[in-house]
Amino acid sequence: MMSCTRRSFMKSGALAMLGLGSVPRFLVRTAYAQGTAARPKILIAVFQRGAVDGLSMAVPHGDPSYYTSRGSIAVARPVAGNAEATVDLDGFFGLHPAMAPLKPLWDDQRLAIVHACGSPDTTRSHFDAQDYMESGTPGVKSTQDGWLARGLSATPSPGVSPFRAVAMGTQLPRCLRGDVGAVAMGAVADFDVKQDMGRKGGGVNARSGFESLYEQGVRDILHGTGRETFDAVKMLKAANPQRFPPANGAQYPRGRLGDSLKQIAQLIKADVGLEVAFADGGGWDTHANQGNERGQLAQRLSEFSQSLAALYRDLGDRMNDVVVLTMSEFGRTVRENGNRGTDHGHATAMLVLGGPVKGGRMVGPWPGLAREQFYEGRDLAVTTDFRHLFAEVAGRHLSVPASAPLFPGFSTNPARYPGVLL
Amino acid sequence: MQSLVGSLSVLALLGALCAGCSSAPVKSRVPAPSASAAPAPARATIALPASTLSEDQRIIHALNRLGYGPRPGDLERVRQIGLAAYIDRQLYPARVPDDRLETSLQAFPTLTLTVPELLRGFPEPDPKLLAKAQSGEMSQQEIRQIAPLERRPARIAVELQAAKLTRAVLSERQLQEVMVDFWFNHFNVDARKGAVKWMIADYEQTAIRPHALGKFRDLLLATARHPAMLFYLDNWMSTKADLVVRTGPQRGRQMGLNENYAREIMELHTLGVDGGYTQTDVIDVARAFTGWSIDRPRERGTSVFRLAAHDQGQKHILGHTLPPGGGEQDGVRVIEILSRHPSTSRFIATKLARRFVSDDPPPALVERAAKTFRDTDGDLRKVMVTIISSPEFFSAEAYRAKIKSPLEIVASSVRALDGELAPPAPAGGGQPGGGFALAQQVGKLGEPLYQQQPPTGYPDVAEAWVNTGALLNRMNFALGLTANRMPGVGVDLGRVVGSADRRRPERVLDVLLVSVLQGQATAETRSVLAAQLDNPEITRATMDDRTNTDVEKLAALVLGSPEFQRR
Repeated sequence: MMSCTRRSFMKSGALAMLGLGSVPRFLVRTAYAQGTAARPKILIAVFQRGAVDGLSMAVPHGDPSYYTSRGSIAVARPVAGNAEATVDLDGFFGLHPAMAPLKPLWDDQRLAIVHACGSPDTTRSHFDAQDYMESGTPGVKSTQDGWLARGLSATPSPGVSPFRAVAMGTQLPRCLRGDVGAVAMGAVADFDVKQDMGRKGGGVNARSGFESLYEQGVRDILHGTGRETFDAVKMLKAANPQRFPPANGAQYPRGRLGDSLKQIAQLIKADVGLEVAFADGGGWDTHANQGNERGQLAQRLSEFSQSLAALYRDLGDRMNDVVVLTMSEFGRTVRENGNRGTDHGHATAMLVLGGPVKGGRMVGPWPGLAREQFYEGRDLAVTTDFRHLFAEVAGRHLSVPASAPLFPGFSTNPARYPGVLL
Repeated sequence: MQSLVGSLSVLALLGALCAGCSSAPVKSRVPAPSASAAPAPARATIALPASTLSEDQRIIHALNRLGYGPRPGDLERVRQIGLAAYIDRQLYPARVPDDRLETSLQAFPTLTLTVPELLRGFPEPDPKLLAKAQSGEMSQQEIRQIAPLERRPARIAVELQAAKLTRAVLSERQLQEVMVDFWFNHFNVDARKGAVKWMIADYEQTAIRPHALGKFRDLLLATARHPAMLFYLDNWMSTKADLVVRTGPQRGRQMGLNENYAREIMELHTLGVDGGYTQTDVIDVARAFTGWSIDRPRERGTSVFRLAAHDQGQKHILGHTLPPGGGEQDGVRVIEILSRHPSTSRFIATKLARRFVSDDPPPALVERAAKTFRDTDGDLRKVMVTIISSPEFFSAEAYRAKIKSPLEIVASSVRALDGELAPPAPAGGGQPGGGFALAQQVGKLGEPLYQQQPPTGYPDVAEAWVNTGALLNRMNFALGLTANRMPGVGVDLGRVVGSADRRRPERVLDVLLVSVLQGQATAETRSVLAAQLDNPEITRATMDDRTNTDVEKLAALVLGSPEFQRR
């Protein structure tokens, strides 16, 4: 049984001292809204579960082996004026046409793409590889907590907020499990004890009853989580993020990722003290009928790109404090398989976008697509260890101290950072 | 989402491919459940160990672990027949009459239809029709008259979800339902992937349910052959390398190997990820299963073996050599090798002990259960006997140590209050029934049933289910349930508290603590709840009516309490 953490008691104590329960608005206003200087830096991590085909996101159209390895699923070479072909970026790489909404970010130098990025571990299991990427310890299964949780709990916070780390969804992802009290929510609107459900006519307050049930008693995972829950409910009610509709004409596409990013933007605008947000989505495991410029993967990439572009537009100037980092557990086979799809591979591409990003660049050495350049004779080789990329974003953007156990057993030398931030 | 156009082309291709080859249908309906075939012992065969738990605690523990929690009166009933006899009956579900459930399940006609029948009776609406709805050329009303909602494919998963909750709440064969849930999750398929939606009900009914307490090998083979698994993990499209289609509209098209199923059958279904296999094994297992396919997934949806797609070469798998020309038997051979591999015994024993004993199961128990697995050639009933009759199962450490999953909290709440489930309205898109309303709640708590996308299924440890948002949803569920706000779910709190005087809230609380928590609440919870009795919202004190206990809210607090989150 997991014991209640030291951190949640410290936090509860601090909240009690500040009188959050009675005057949360005071805390919200003073701690986070004194102008941008006091505002925390924010990381939004987006996990593409199922192993996205990096070779379709950032198409190496200048590598002749790309078109010889792939028949029906290759994305067409860029053709000026043809919106159905690869969108050229630098003469060698291009964006999938469904990702065209991100091209303006590239042109503004706010989007960098780290290609051939991934894990040194050889596993081709989704489950293990996602677990390794989230725990931050490839090859080690006994790790209990996640890299983002470790990073945040080692970092002094500008305020005291139960919303330092928020995952959109009903389950807390592995990367945020640990000593940081991350919150999982399916939707901002659902995050309360429903006062009107108790009895017809409404007005019955059951919250205080539940709160006292979890306030006392043993120190276990249930009671610890219960206490955090009620702190968070009170603060969110005061901050009222739902009063912020998408701004600047941003239109989020329908779907889970768009919904998640829209609500993350609301939490940012409501100044609830968010430092790390997490969103994820599946559908990337394209073993069959992957499609090329159009088709199954194109549809997923379209939703993905429109969601990110909407967030960028919606947040406007607030993007100066925000970095979005996309990740996926591994890439896919270079060769097309027997079902017009791709099997589990090795390296993939990850996107970094936001105000602090040194963008408009492809980042990391390109290993090449010739047979002798493959990893294990079949897959795109990893040239950027994901931990160096994550460490750069955590250290330079979130100011996670170098002493933090971000990736136990791995030395994250700043000299090896890929250099995605300004 | 699977691209419809893409799938159709592959489908046509496989049809063409099949036309030019000898294809033998693989048996899709499985013979009579092994449960009924098993000899019924005359007297309790299970010997229960000594335990520091009281007799009542042991019964409560068994009702919570081998089922979806006690209903009012269950404790007394088990006391009467004896715990060993109760467990024994649960181990032989065919001996337990379940008439009330059978009657309730008649409200779900899709459960007993075959895959071809479902494909015929619940077709995808014509895309042209849906386009007309989108363009506004036809109203939703008109579309529904041509393609009624209750004749669309989504209906199948809706009925399956509703049936699962109905079974969990009503079935007298509680252990069987828990085992079916366990094995479905172990051999997970997702109703949202392509043609699986027409196959998933039959998969649970014919591949999982008959073998839930049977032989592991039979279970593994039944899942391997079922079209739902063949589709979900892509094996139906996997062919020998560089197969070129010779005839038909897809002439000249090249097919090949797909490793998806081969990897998952070893990683997730048998050996475990550290079970000692390599990428070479993955490739040769995939070669062995080439040809295990589906006859037109969106028209017939039955299993076939396609000899022309099968790789007839020699295979080397985990130290075994499969000689050339094995045909369909190659796959059967792989099932045998994997079922008997020592890693499989440990992997299955660990998962069962985690489900039934604790998140970190005691290694000594896992080893004993694994040994039973090996000694009995994977007899799952005997493995369960080893686990249930162990001192570890009835230990103080295991008592209420597991956090309930969303399915478990929802089903056990309804059982604790002896709730009734209304059947769905017969037609016309009316009220979808109590079972479906509960299934939606399970989804909201984080476990959308039959819709887990990754093949790992849902996790079985506390950390997966306990987080702030999920706890709030559990409290809201408790409030909704006790206030009778779940459509089709009826809770009669008057019956639960019986003759307890509502003007004496402490009496009402005592009755609730006995009926919901069997009197096992901690001192803290009891005193917190007692303190709530001074709350005017609970006592509803008015000038005219001094006290009239708000039983709904009090019951919700008990269901939402930390103790009730545990089993």
